Amino acid sequence: MTEYALILISTVLVNNFVLVKFLGLCPFMGVSKRFETALGMGLATTFVMTLSAVCTWMVESYVLLPLGIEYLRTIAYILVIAAVVQFTETVMHRQSPVLYQVLGIFLPLITTNCAVLGVAILNTQQEHTLVESAVYGFGAAVGFSLVLILFAGIRERVTVADVPRPFQGSAVAMITAGLMSLAFMGFAGLVSR
Amino acid sequence: MLTAILAMTTLAAVLGLLLGYSAIRFRVEGDPIADQVDALLAQSQCGQCGYPGCRPYAEAVAKGDAAINKCIPGGEATARALADLLGREPEPLEAEAQTPKVALIDDQACIGCTLCVQSCPVDAIVGAPKQLHGVLTAECTACGLCLSPCPVACIRMVPVGSDIAHWRWPAPTERLAA
Repeated sequence: MTEYALILISTVLVNNFVLVKFLGLCPFMGVSKRFETALGMGLATTFVMTLSAVCTWMVESYVLLPLGIEYLRTIAYILVIAAVVQFTETVMHRQSPVLYQVLGIFLPLITTNCAVLGVAILNTQQEHTLVESAVYGFGAAVGFSLVLILFAGIRERVTVADVPRPFQGSAVAMITAGLMSLAFMGFAGLVSR
Repeated sequence: MLTAILAMTTLAAVLGLLLGYSAIRFRVEGDPIADQVDALLAQSQCGQCGYPGCRPYAEAVAKGDAAINKCIPGGEATARALADLLGREPEPLEAEAQTPKVALIDDQACIGCTLCVQSCPVDAIVGAPKQLHGVLTAECTACGLCLSPCPVACIRMVPVGSDIAHWRWPAPTERLAA
């Protein structure tokens, strides 16, 4: 149990995928303009990441390893992730059409969110078990969502702040992201793993 | 080599079948967003938005073709509810620039034909045959649908003066450094 708690804290805070590992920066900058969209994107990514972490672990252990074709790992993982994203899109179109419309192009783009593939590959690299993989994927996604939502909250306030002209728009967002990353560096050493 | 090709083909086929099944299982009929938008509109079918009714306007809003501030009977509350639903920026009501109006029946000319009573989408006109009709000003949305049926053209739209029931605090001027 401690093991899983450690993985969770480690991925959410210490080795945060966005601010420490610098994965998944595209949706981090792209979908963080509005709080509600960020929340929706966070939820969708959490679902996809956890599910794809489990699915890729299964593909790795039951298909790739027994057949000795580990060299096809990247292609197989991308295949699985693309299928999971498409599945999520279909279900979301049915269950939550407004969120589907709000997320728009960013939903299919979860496929190319490098954090999702990153989770799968790091799971293989660190030789996680099935449950560890799921917790790792979930933790990474929670970390991603947390940072995305915090960033969206900050950006909503920054738009009404008196920002000097050269820094307006994306520039101040980049600076904000940098400062957030700096703040998250403070978690290093909390868990040594 | 053969194993690799076979394995990848099988994997792709299995995933493809799964997606095909889910596409049938979770099929979306119609446009669910248009339904939700339609539910928020005033349903007076007045046509003031420039569309032939509430449903066509809802479809246009769902598609993103129409602005969300055109439902005049629904007023600002509807515009804000639509903004919340669709995640768009709320816009001030289009008719806000014009002064609000209500229908007024000329009591000298009204012959009590009840045609305007039947045409009113919000039941804001009361009256019986051969009796003088009256307008409930609180309900009237000034849609103008009662104007054309009147055989003696005794209905006019008059602006509502700002009395104690209609006066509103002027909007604050914001200082936004956007």
